Amino acid sequence: MENAILVSGLHKTFGRTHALNGLDLTVRTGEVHGFLGPNGSGKSTTIRVLLGLLRADSGSARLLGGDPWKDATALHRRLAYVPGDVTLWPNLSGGEVIDLLGRLRGGLNPKRRAELLERFDLDPRKKGRAYSKGNRQKVALVAALASDVELLILDEPTSGLDPLMEEVFRECVAEEKTSGRTVLLSSHILAEVEQLCDRVSIIRNGQTVESGTLTDLRHLTRTSISADLATPLTSIPGVHDLVVDGTRVRFEVDTDRLDETLKHLTTAGIRSLTSQPPTLEELFMRHYQGAAR
Amino acid sequence: MTGVRHLIRLILRRDRVLLPLWVLILAALPAVYAASFAELTPTEESRLLYARTTAGIPSIEAMLGPVYGHSVEALATQRAGLTLLIVALINVLVVIRHTRAEEDAGRRELVAATVVGRHAPLAAALIVAACADLVIGLLTAAFLGFSGGSLLLGMSVASAGIVFAAVGAVAAQLTENAGPARGLALAALGVAYLVRAAGDATGSDLSWASPLAWSQYTKAFAGDDWRPLLASLGLTAVLAVAAGWLSVRRDVGGGLLPTRLGPAGSTSLTGPFALAWRLQRGLLIGWSTGFLVFGLAFGGATSGAAEAFRDNAELAELFARLGGGASLTDTFIATLFGIAAIAAAAYGIQAASRMRAEESAMRAEPVLATATARVPWALGHVVFAVIGPVVALFMIGVGLGLSFGADVGDMGQVPRLIGAALAQAPAAATLTGLTVALFGLLPRLSAVAWGILAICLLLGQIGALLQLSEAVLDLSPFTHTPRLPGGEVTALPLVVLALVAVALTAAGLWGFRRRDVGV
Repeated sequence: MENAILVSGLHKTFGRTHALNGLDLTVRTGEVHGFLGPNGSGKSTTIRVLLGLLRADSGSARLLGGDPWKDATALHRRLAYVPGDVTLWPNLSGGEVIDLLGRLRGGLNPKRRAELLERFDLDPRKKGRAYSKGNRQKVALVAALASDVELLILDEPTSGLDPLMEEVFRECVAEEKTSGRTVLLSSHILAEVEQLCDRVSIIRNGQTVESGTLTDLRHLTRTSISADLATPLTSIPGVHDLVVDGTRVRFEVDTDRLDETLKHLTTAGIRSLTSQPPTLEELFMRHYQGAAR
Repeated sequence: MTGVRHLIRLILRRDRVLLPLWVLILAALPAVYAASFAELTPTEESRLLYARTTAGIPSIEAMLGPVYGHSVEALATQRAGLTLLIVALINVLVVIRHTRAEEDAGRRELVAATVVGRHAPLAAALIVAACADLVIGLLTAAFLGFSGGSLLLGMSVASAGIVFAAVGAVAAQLTENAGPARGLALAALGVAYLVRAAGDATGSDLSWASPLAWSQYTKAFAGDDWRPLLASLGLTAVLAVAAGWLSVRRDVGGGLLPTRLGPAGSTSLTGPFALAWRLQRGLLIGWSTGFLVFGLAFGGATSGAAEAFRDNAELAELFARLGGGASLTDTFIATLFGIAAIAAAAYGIQAASRMRAEESAMRAEPVLATATARVPWALGHVVFAVIGPVVALFMIGVGLGLSFGADVGDMGQVPRLIGAALAQAPAAATLTGLTVALFGLLPRLSAVAWGILAICLLLGQIGALLQLSEAVLDLSPFTHTPRLPGGEVTALPLVVLALVAVALTAAGLWGFRRRDVGV
């Protein structure tokens, strides 16, 4: 099985809202896949369809080789899920919830459970109500990470965690990856995505707008260049947003045309040159901003 | 107290439908009773006979309270004894809904961080409840023609509500969660009712210990006496001040009763059923205990009726005719079981509604994302919603059977009354089935089940008095339960009701398997 998740042309409407509008998503087995998009773009809806909690209107979805709606129970034995907003039963202690969810999933590793409680610095004796948001998140994370499953579906799992715990989380996910598990990680934290993910998919308004490795995606972005030239140039072929101010030029250039453009500049003689490499932030901002209509 | 005005508007906005509905229904009840008494007992003689009979039967005084006169209005005032109970109940629920439940949900923090005084949320909830009670009182009086007596009756009803709004306010300070706060306040209401019932049944001054009695000792339409309401006013003031005093001595979100640490793990939470047991056991224990206590208490009152019955052959004959051949005690117990059936249905709805609550609070989602299939998850709760009311009815049968049986020296009453109590179960189960059906097919309308129960209650309470047509009365499942004990046992309606309950439940589960979760 090459792909753990294979979704194509997924549609889902709630009343008049078109939550998913032909969404595609491919997660290869054994990879950590970043799932990104602005608020309300359809990430959680996609995850709920994959969990068989929502039924898609049209399109196809395959999860671990099965149908997420029809084979839900069988598939759920092989995956663990951490929701973005964890609510616990007020009268159950954290430890009880961890054991319950683990057992409902088909068992959890007690050694790993104890180790995770230690690493996440979580007191399992507190009642659900007494936990802060971050600690509720830890309860769900420990329950998921201590389960022996093939696939982890994590919906903004670090929201509410402090930086120290975020670091613990990253270590844990890295370990999961080395032990061959597949991870679908929905996140807004770019450093986390950059550090953990092999490939990412960016969605907007229920559609996939970009998908690939981070290196692929970097290639899609532009480098900003500003230069002071010996002789003025009025036009430079193949660049964007060119601003000419006497001998000074500012523009953006697609990364794959950088070489060609620099050669053109040297013909005019370069007195000084600064270039800003593409950052992931820029990449995401470009996609996210498009959503603000 | 800053911000009280805004919070009052928030409460009114949130309760804009339910609150006016309750106010209207509750205010209309005494006038409906009066109209039906005017119809059923048109002559002075017939009313006098009715008043004398009820006054002579401790069990009726226990259930409704004393009767002071024999005018149409005075008889309606006694009947309104149960209205007091409902008004008090609603006040408890409204106050806790806008105080502790808000804190429980974490919304209070959002409000507390704005320019809002420390006492404002509590004050706003109490003011809204008290104003609603006063409107109920004024409307009650208006519907009865605005005489001195009707105004007193209205204010008596309002006072009972206001006292228990304050009881709810105190309970809301004590516990950390809304559920136990409700339990605490409703237990106080139950005790108040039982104390009044015991006092009135034995004709002792014990009743004065119950705030519910104060609202009845005003003797509206029979020598109006406003003084008992001073006691209500005083108690309200004491409780409200106590609630305010307690509320500044605790943290927002915290309770005064301590919360303990739980276990670090669990070996017993093995599946959806074990989880349902953890979430449902409090309800089961609470309702069963309540039913048992009521059974024991009213069993004692019933034997008082049996005594009156033995002493007065004429009365016995009259009531034998009224009860369709059944004995006086049986008629009384059957009426009691009719009310128990409604209460059991309320428990069934409450237990079945847990599923929707779990879903809305997003606690169903992580469980359904494990290897737990939807139907087993739902069945865990459905089992409690079906069996729980049966257990509760069994307990009231046991309670009544034991105390009544001990009094009359006939322990054969125990199995007989258990059987009669259990006969109420199928009708109650149809409401559970309806709740499951709504949950599976029309989840957003889940709360409609409570409205249906209220309609059934009204049909049972005043349907016959209003002389509604048979077809309308038949809409309520409770109409079809044979009157037991004493009546004729007919299995067919019970079987049909059970089948309806099963069909509704199955439809709900079928729908839940197919629908989106979390909508």
